[in-house]
Amino acid sequence: MDFLNALVAFANFVFVPGLAYGAQLAIGALGVTMIYGILRFSNFAHGDTMAFGTAITILFTTAFIGMGITFGPLPTALLALPFGIGATILLLLGTDWAVYKFYREQKASPVILVIVSMGVMFVMNGIVRFIIGVRDINFADGERFIVTARGFRDFTGLDEGLAIKTTQAITVVVAFIVMALLFWFLNKTRTGKSMRAFSDNEDLALLSGINPDWVVKVTWMIVAALATTAGVLYGLDKSFKAFTYFQLLLPIFAAAIVGGLGSPLGAIAGGFVIAFSEVTITYAWKKVLTYLLPESLAPDGLVQLLSTDYKFAVSFAILIIVLLFKPTGLFKGKSV
Amino acid sequence: MNPAVKDTALFGVVAVLLIGTGIVQGWNSALLILNMGLISAIMALGVNLQWGFAGLFNIGVMGFVALGGLAAVLVSSEPVPEAWQAGGLRIFAGLALGAATVVAAVFAQKRLEGRTKTIVTLVILVGGFFLYRAVFDPGKEAVEAVNPAVSGNLGGLNLPILLSWPVGGLLAAGAAWIIGKTALGLRSDYLAIATLGIAEIIIAVLKNEDWLARGVKNVIGLDRPVPFEIDLQQDPGFVERAASLGLDPVTASTLYTKMGYAILFTIVLLILLWLAQKALNSPWGRMMRAIRDNETAAEAMGKDVTARHLQIFILGSAICGIAGAMMTTLDGQLTPGTYQPLRFTFLIWVMVIVGGSGNNFGAVLGGMLIWWLWVQVEPMGLGLMNILSSGLEDGSPLKERMIESAAHMRLLTMGLVLLLVLRFSPRGLIPER
Repeated sequence: MDFLNALVAFANFVFVPGLAYGAQLAIGALGVTMIYGILRFSNFAHGDTMAFGTAITILFTTAFIGMGITFGPLPTALLALPFGIGATILLLLGTDWAVYKFYREQKASPVILVIVSMGVMFVMNGIVRFIIGVRDINFADGERFIVTARGFRDFTGLDEGLAIKTTQAITVVVAFIVMALLFWFLNKTRTGKSMRAFSDNEDLALLSGINPDWVVKVTWMIVAALATTAGVLYGLDKSFKAFTYFQLLLPIFAAAIVGGLGSPLGAIAGGFVIAFSEVTITYAWKKVLTYLLPESLAPDGLVQLLSTDYKFAVSFAILIIVLLFKPTGLFKGKSV
Repeated sequence: MNPAVKDTALFGVVAVLLIGTGIVQGWNSALLILNMGLISAIMALGVNLQWGFAGLFNIGVMGFVALGGLAAVLVSSEPVPEAWQAGGLRIFAGLALGAATVVAAVFAQKRLEGRTKTIVTLVILVGGFFLYRAVFDPGKEAVEAVNPAVSGNLGGLNLPILLSWPVGGLLAAGAAWIIGKTALGLRSDYLAIATLGIAEIIIAVLKNEDWLARGVKNVIGLDRPVPFEIDLQQDPGFVERAASLGLDPVTASTLYTKMGYAILFTIVLLILLWLAQKALNSPWGRMMRAIRDNETAAEAMGKDVTARHLQIFILGSAICGIAGAMMTTLDGQLTPGTYQPLRFTFLIWVMVIVGGSGNNFGAVLGGMLIWWLWVQVEPMGLGLMNILSSGLEDGSPLKERMIESAAHMRLLTMGLVLLLVLRFSPRGLIPER
């Protein structure tokens, strides 16, 4: 019984939150890795792109709720998501046309593009604040829980409860759909194949008649969809605040690099590696250990390896370790 | 136009902007902008050293600035003897253990082979971590329990705060050495992410380690290298002199202290600028630029690229640390919650790029000019929004929204400035020569 209790406590506080957070990071890292693979630079504006998409989605959500349209037990934001993606696609295609295109034609070095993306980051950050302000916004509605802690306890008769938030379940399901769609697109469609070819060897791809403008446009569209989805899922699960999205940049980049920049599969793996390490290292293990160990060995302290405020340190440490021992990441990314 | 004339004219523009601010908004705000502008110029010098000279992409400026601020607290504040008695020794023993663990792990990595290496390193790291926590945690709790409302930290050395400026530089240099040793071998954008992460970690440490500098409870009322306004106002001699200049004592005292800071900052800036110019025009500076422009060729000439990168990374970070200590001195307080990457890292980058990377005068100009713009964009934006929304009736949601959003003009403007400069004048206002 104690073992089951420990298992449930572990699932409740580590596994489920880690899974949801990992899925959010994975989708974010997929966006970063796509840009890196096709456009060949690290996009520092990605966090703010996510914030923009989420902000637009929140506006549509509020409008839908105002009109009386809801999604039953599911959050209305899912209905608004396509509109957010649409707006983000327009924004990114506009940015590419106004900003990045010039440097691409000049064949500017990647580090110049990174600095340019810093400028874009500033502008997008400003735009998001114009649109929605800097407040903390909670836009999740519908049922809050699929499984409540009390319901679980009553049902199983265990001491520990297991709570699964609707948003967590939605995150995992949506993430799975998004990843499946992306891999189907990259591996089965003509455009997807030409994108992979372009990423592998630009010159060869151009030689075989692939239209680079089209590849770049499609990339931005996919990135817009990924960024908005990641942003909305994160916002539903936690809450929306422009500044936290900027800070997500670090774990997202860590995930992309750990997996291997330019490798979609690596981005997903990296997302989960980073998320689970953050959660396990900052979780206070006292509860789980008390169930598992005999009474004489029960821990006095919280058995928390690092306080939650140091979660950046965790993603960072993993990043450094992977870079030192496997510089191209777990899944053989590019190294330019 | 002759470059020298153009450069002088650009600095003239900054002077005119500051004097104009003095006339329109009062000399107090003009001096405020000047002081922070001087500090920003020093930070920009540091970043320019790394990026302009050596092409190192450091976006962890915020961390080094914050370390400088920490130095200001540790050097100048009063020691707390009770806290030292309660757990000072334990804390330092814990820190020493932690450092020994890392050194031992690095040593094991270098000396051992194969599977033994991995196992021994892991054992050292995990064991060392728990040992460190076992020694460190009780000390930390004991210190933080000492009179938490006013102290709860170990306090400082009670030395003159001016001394903290070089100490801030040293602290930042030490951190830069550790970071450089691990991350400098990485590619440019990996280094960027690594420095971004380190900066966040430094801020997290400052926020959470209350025993060090009280964390988010902030340290206020630091010493000052210039007299306090209130003392000046009570000094009959000063009041008399102020009256003879036709100023009331309150205004005169604020202007006097701010002038004092401005003079101190200008001295530091001039010294650093002179050093940076000397470095740029020395064989060392030419070697740095040669490495930046073609690492392989420089290596073929027998230059140790990694060691030179480490060197300049430390120097540039130290300058940022000095600027950070100066800023905390100017503010008279350390507030870890206010350190944000957009303001303390990316804004400095805008300054360097706009001013002209690779040119020290460009960095200084960028620092002063962009800081002025950063401060002035908000009132200008508010004025613009007031004009634009003047047709709307009072209290309409759109009008309120527009007025409210003026506060967010800053980031947008800085982004646009950066993008425009990169597009149309990528080498900056005063380009490298």
